[in-house]
Amino acid sequence: MIVSAFFWLFASVLLVSAALVITLRNPVHAVLFLILAFFNGAGLFLLAGAEFLAMILVVVYVGAVLVLWLFIIMMLDVDFAELKAGFIRNAPLGLLVGGVLLAELLFVFLKWQPAPMAEKLRMAPAAQGMTNTEALGRILYTDHVYFFQVAGLILLVAMIGAIVLSLHHRKDVKRQDVARQVARKREEAVRLVDVEPGKGL
Amino acid sequence: METLLKAIVFLPLLGAVAAGLFGTAVFRYIGGAPPQPAHDAHADEDGHQHFHYEGPRWPMMLTTGLLLLAAALSWVAFFDVVGGNTYKVVIAEWVRSGELVAQWALRVDTLTAVMLVVVTTVSALVHVYSLGYMSHDPHQPRFFSYLSLFTFAMLMLVTSDNLLQMFFGWEGVGLASYLLIGFWYDRASANAAAIKAFVVNRVGDFGFALGIFAAFALFGSIEFDPIFAAAPEMADRTMRFLSWEVPALELIALLLFMGAMGKSAQFLLHTWLPDAMEGPTPVSALIHAATMVTAGVFLVARMSPIYELTPFAQQAVLVIGAITAFFAATVGLVQNDIKRIIAYSTCSQLGYMFAALGVGAYGVGMFHLFTHAFFKALLFLGAGSVIHAMSDEQDIWRMGGLYQYLKRTWAMMLIGTLALTGFPFTAGYYSKDAIIEATFAAHTPLGEAAFWLLVIAAAMTSFYSWRLMFVVFHGKPRASRETLARVHESPAVMMVPLYVLAAGALFAGFLFKDWFIGQAEAEFWGQALYRAAHNEIVQAMHHVPAWVKWAPFVMMVAGVSVAFVFYLVKTDLPAKLANALRPLYLFLLNKWYFDEIYDFLFVRPAFAIGRLLWKGGDQKIIDGLGPDGVSALAAAVGRVASRLQTGYLYHYAFAMLLGIAGLVTWLMVGG
Amino acid sequence: MGESMSIGLAHYLGVAAILFTIGVFGIFLNRKNVIVILMSVELMLLAVNINLVAFSAHLGDLMGQVFALLVLTVAAAEAAIGLAILVVYFRNRGSIAVDEIDSLKG
Repeated sequence: MIVSAFFWLFASVLLVSAALVITLRNPVHAVLFLILAFFNGAGLFLLAGAEFLAMILVVVYVGAVLVLWLFIIMMLDVDFAELKAGFIRNAPLGLLVGGVLLAELLFVFLKWQPAPMAEKLRMAPAAQGMTNTEALGRILYTDHVYFFQVAGLILLVAMIGAIVLSLHHRKDVKRQDVARQVARKREEAVRLVDVEPGKGL
Repeated sequence: METLLKAIVFLPLLGAVAAGLFGTAVFRYIGGAPPQPAHDAHADEDGHQHFHYEGPRWPMMLTTGLLLLAAALSWVAFFDVVGGNTYKVVIAEWVRSGELVAQWALRVDTLTAVMLVVVTTVSALVHVYSLGYMSHDPHQPRFFSYLSLFTFAMLMLVTSDNLLQMFFGWEGVGLASYLLIGFWYDRASANAAAIKAFVVNRVGDFGFALGIFAAFALFGSIEFDPIFAAAPEMADRTMRFLSWEVPALELIALLLFMGAMGKSAQFLLHTWLPDAMEGPTPVSALIHAATMVTAGVFLVARMSPIYELTPFAQQAVLVIGAITAFFAATVGLVQNDIKRIIAYSTCSQLGYMFAALGVGAYGVGMFHLFTHAFFKALLFLGAGSVIHAMSDEQDIWRMGGLYQYLKRTWAMMLIGTLALTGFPFTAGYYSKDAIIEATFAAHTPLGEAAFWLLVIAAAMTSFYSWRLMFVVFHGKPRASRETLARVHESPAVMMVPLYVLAAGALFAGFLFKDWFIGQAEAEFWGQALYRAAHNEIVQAMHHVPAWVKWAPFVMMVAGVSVAFVFYLVKTDLPAKLANALRPLYLFLLNKWYFDEIYDFLFVRPAFAIGRLLWKGGDQKIIDGLGPDGVSALAAAVGRVASRLQTGYLYHYAFAMLLGIAGLVTWLMVGG
Repeated sequence: MGESMSIGLAHYLGVAAILFTIGVFGIFLNRKNVIVILMSVELMLLAVNINLVAFSAHLGDLMGQVFALLVLTVAAAEAAIGLAILVVYFRNRGSIAVDEIDSLKG
């Protein structure tokens, strides 16, 4: 009963905040509601027994990614009011496509039954007597270690890509170049001049 | 002896390869100073071009030396074969494919030996002559290489032991002929003539090839010996050809004769020969007078065991030969180009040879081939000497009175003319008169008709030959003063071959007549020529009435007399006659309008079809629906599709989402 | 997970479907604002993850959660790259209005 109540709570907050994300004028608010939506998504995960994913969602996604969103939005000086123009104009088409899609998805999901052989086709049956995190770790680091490594590589590439894209040398700012300072030789810097008396340089 | 025969055949090939590959390209800068390219030639005040050759001289010397050696060896082989020996030298097995077996072999019997002698001798003399005639040409090594290549191909043809090898030689000489006619490839007319010769020959070769196929279908072999052995049994067989049931042997004989007609420029397929005179004169002498054009005669003589069994095909040979002899002689009467006159004369003489073959007198035809090679090569080389002296002038009406400048050339041309017209005791007297007698001795209606055509042709031969002599060498000089100032007798290197040929033209008939057509005839030819039991033509030939024997001589005298009156005594008569009989004159001058008819019947439709296929078939349909159409379609589709690519990010996002919605809908409805 | 309760697989899937549709709708609504478009994408990915986790729980197969983990990884990478592009774009154009960009047009 409590689980049921929590499910409805999480689900309703999730959907409401998601709706706010796409309708609010101020993107900062939108991101904040996105964070809220993710928190509630994590709650749903928890209810479904996926503790590890729930924690990952909160710690990594909310803690890192969405905070990054906030930074970016705050750093960019964007005229958001201007960006909202045409909001209503596109609504009918969006409603039509979204409505059709929703109806179909619901129709499918509500009628959906697992295939009879689904039980036999399981690749990694949930092990009994251990936590979700441990069970996930057991298969993630053994059977699916290559996927795991690839995921790591994807993140690495994304990181390098993001750095390459946004790295920006400003020409009008003086910077200290340690290597050049260390490599400098006496001949480059000092010039001895014989100055005759009574005359300037 | 086998080595000797191989040497005869392969020495010219060796020379051709050496001169062709190394004489021109590789050692161009090793053997001497770099030769000047042809466009360095400069034109003097009257537009006459002078060329210089500064390349190495060894290719010319090598090919000529090898040919002289081959000629000497050929005479050795000839006398050996005459002694009664025949040879079959297998060089390699060429083709073995199921039942089809063809060996690369040298079949040397009397027939081949005669051809060997003719080909190598004339070829060697022409090589020597060309040393002088072509001495200024910048492409001499190529020329000599082609000449030697031609000689090799011709030797392949005459030594062949099967139809395939003969076809190889046949096409080889066709190729060499094409290359040599088009030797001066910067002249458009030479290229056109070369292409014409090649294409017209293809018509005949098509028949020849079909004949080979038919022979294989009938006999299961293309080698001569099995074919000849099996021929008598096959006389009654029939074969389906173009939906008709026809006698198989007759069909083969006619198809092979079609090839012979093309190669030997017989009536209907003769149009290429006069145009072939665009080639250098030594080429005309070697290929288009003495050797290649006689390949057809050789073919029919070689296939005599077949023709003896096919009376209809024999009659066809007789009719075509006689008509050609008559037709070419009429055209020769009014031509004005010195080389074309001799070319039509060649055509006419080839007709004589075929007429002899057509009545079964193979030996007589071959004898005329033998003697004709000497005096016609002599005439051509003599004409070349005149042309050389006259700074490449070929119109006889711009010559005249050259007797006092070119006494030796005049003498040589005189000997050639006497032999051609059949002056008593010269070569032509024995061979040509024998043909005329043979046609009479056939005692058939067709033979009778052929006899009269040939007799009249003999008169015309005499007329046009002496017309040429009188107009070129006698009367008043009509050439320009500058040209006359440059007229000079040709150098010794050009005159010596003329002397040798002149000796042949004078004495070849007298010396060899007993072997070819006389008492020793049967022994001489041995198995080389086959004659059916009822074929007594050679005996009958010697028993014709006296008036038949005298007819050619009378005609010859008549021709000379008319020519003498026309061109030396009353020189205004020819013009008056031409005006009085203007339609006839134009008809003859335009060569019976054969070129025009063929142009109308074949060339223009061919061009029209070609243009239709090119513009309509190729460009519109194949290209239009194929590459061009596809690319145009792709471009059009791309142009339309690129309008979908607005470049706006959200449009792409919309498209993706619509796609998802559509996909889900499809899965629901379709699933 | 509460089989005895009234909350079953269908509920999770229904929530995910609605969330996904909200994401789609967000993209249509905010055609100019690339930031909100990216956020909509995040929402759709979250919907996918809910689906994966729900199926995983229902079938007792951990593979669904492994997939969800990988989706999270890709989503994080996508967010990072997307934001980097956004920054560079804003630096160059002084705006993030995507309806002014059509240099992709062929």
